[in-house]
Amino acid sequence: MTDTRIEIQANYLAAMRQKRLLSGILLIVFVSLLLAGFQTANARNAGGFWQGLPNILDFPADVVGEAWDRKHLLPGYFAKYARSLIETVNIAAAATLVGALMALGLSLLATRRLAPAVRLIGPIRRLLDILRAIPEIVVALVLIFLLGGGPVPAMIAIALHTIGALGKLFSEVNENASLKPVEGLASVGANWMQRMCLGVIPQVAPNYLSYALLRFEINIRASAILGFVGAGGIGYDLRNTMSWGQGKFDEAAAIFLLLFATIIVVDQISSVVRNHLAFGRQERALTS
Amino acid sequence: MKSDMLEYQVASYLLRKRIKAMMVPAAIIGYLVYVFFTFDIAGLRERVSIPNVKVLLSDVYSYKTHVARNNRSGDIEIAIEGERKGRYPAGKSPEWVVLGDETVIDLGNGHVVVFGQQITYDIPNFGRIAARPDKDGINAVFPTDNLPGWINVSKNRLAIKTDAGRLTVTRNRAEVFRYFAGWELFFFTLDSPYHGMSPKQLVATGDYGDILRAFWDNKMWRHGDVAWALLETVLMAFLGTFGAAIIALPLGFLAAKNFTPLGALRFAARRVFDFLRGVDGLIWTIVLSRAFGPGPLTGSLAILLTDTGTFGKIFSEALENVEAKQIEGVTSTGAKPLQRYRFGVIPQITPVLLSQILYYLESNTRSATIIGAITGGGIGLLLTQAIITQKDWEEVSYYIVLIILMVMAMDTFSGWLRAKLIKGDSADY
Repeated sequence: MTDTRIEIQANYLAAMRQKRLLSGILLIVFVSLLLAGFQTANARNAGGFWQGLPNILDFPADVVGEAWDRKHLLPGYFAKYARSLIETVNIAAAATLVGALMALGLSLLATRRLAPAVRLIGPIRRLLDILRAIPEIVVALVLIFLLGGGPVPAMIAIALHTIGALGKLFSEVNENASLKPVEGLASVGANWMQRMCLGVIPQVAPNYLSYALLRFEINIRASAILGFVGAGGIGYDLRNTMSWGQGKFDEAAAIFLLLFATIIVVDQISSVVRNHLAFGRQERALTS
Repeated sequence: MKSDMLEYQVASYLLRKRIKAMMVPAAIIGYLVYVFFTFDIAGLRERVSIPNVKVLLSDVYSYKTHVARNNRSGDIEIAIEGERKGRYPAGKSPEWVVLGDETVIDLGNGHVVVFGQQITYDIPNFGRIAARPDKDGINAVFPTDNLPGWINVSKNRLAIKTDAGRLTVTRNRAEVFRYFAGWELFFFTLDSPYHGMSPKQLVATGDYGDILRAFWDNKMWRHGDVAWALLETVLMAFLGTFGAAIIALPLGFLAAKNFTPLGALRFAARRVFDFLRGVDGLIWTIVLSRAFGPGPLTGSLAILLTDTGTFGKIFSEALENVEAKQIEGVTSTGAKPLQRYRFGVIPQITPVLLSQILYYLESNTRSATIIGAITGGGIGLLLTQAIITQKDWEEVSYYIVLIILMVMAMDTFSGWLRAKLIKGDSADY
């Protein structure tokens, strides 16, 4: 009896030691990877980390200083750039809307129990993977070459990525949908379109909406970034005010503020709506 | 009477419900119509640059070799894509060009161009076009007077475009383009001894190190630089994501209700997270590149700052949801505060944290490409550079394929690691 107990104890301690050793080695490897990575990045950067660190506040200080000196002009700038801001938001909204609608269709085709053609599930999922993997900027830059600047290339680029990202999430939601309404509709002779519209979409709509809102938050940021590389909207103005060099930092500050405020406001509204969607569903689940 | 009332109520209820249900599609269509007009989508057809579309498409799957003669000196220059890096050494030529007193260029399918005393182009089913450039002009002679649309001629310039290739003659210069399918010199450039060898011949030489070096240093495609650029991009994502996680973990404790009873401190930590997230990666990139200059470090720091905000929020929410019982249990064994955190709290939140971190690692690989394009580093920089030249579309498509593969590989890797680590964790308890 005691022998086995001692044996078990010894085995346990040995296993623990081994586990600790492995964890320790993993930690050392991870930390050295991190340090080596930092060294490499630092060596390949134009300016070094330690030389740059003291200057990190110079640019923000310049911008804030200039904006403070001419703070009476800020309201004028806000009005001037409101149009571009609306364009940026429109790009994001249109891309989210178009992307979500297409993702909806594709996700139904890519969900195992709902798809009308099982053979298409695999190819559609690969298509979604590829769409998700392409960074927006790639599509946007190519489309700017073909279509010229403006909001359309950015919209298409963001919409394509949105299809990939939402398509995957939507099809995960679809997996959990109850099939009973679908079977009921099938029994009265509804076709596939009717089964989906009346049987599935009402179940999953709150989840869809909540994911689409989250995407909208992300897409506003993406839309600003794409503007910066030439696709219109507030990002484009931001680059212009900054590359003009001296004397326009006050306008850059106004754009920073507009962008910051927009992101915060959209995040807040979306999070309130999403909470409401989640909470509302819980309540319904409790009462039913 | 009552049933009439009920029927009326039901009917009006259904009508209201139906109108409500129609409102959503109507609003969506209304908004799309508005976008259609503000973005001027109808005018898109005029804005599409058809020549650019053609250049892009043909460049993606084919390349052209230029054969050019200086009409004054008679010097011949043969270069792939007309680039210095693709130029044939003097006296050397591909087999479809025969150098000599007369340079004979076979464009295939019976199309033959000759640079001699005069320049001739024999086109099957059309005849011979001749030109004799001198100081008065190019003096072109055609087999018929009715010139088709693919011949463009003026006193000083002749341009012929056929399926086999293109010939341009001016007073000083005659130039032929021949198109080939594929990406030119993808493996070896012309100055490499391995150019034009079949895989079998390459294996027969046995100098694998040399072959690899010739491929790696390919001047046209710069495979070595591209590999470095991909590594830089992954490095940005790696440093940014894990750096942010390391910084956000202690800050997450500060922002969690159950670990920081002091409201002011909690409030401050949360506002810091909101600020970091709200300012957004674009602005961080701009601010940081002013201090650190272009490069991967700037990109990593931009990702680090944005994600510190995101992780801080996620971590503090995870910490607020930890089970107090496990901490009590650890405390009852006489554990000191640090041990309480190590054994009571960390094991509970590790799966949540790890899965979030790994999820962001994949998403940040994409962000790193974008940030690289803005600040100048990694594959994003190479991509923008190639797009700006507006002619190296084969390189652009190469980079795009590599980017997609990189992101998918990171996705697979992080998914694999997530499954491995989190399953391993739960098996331990």
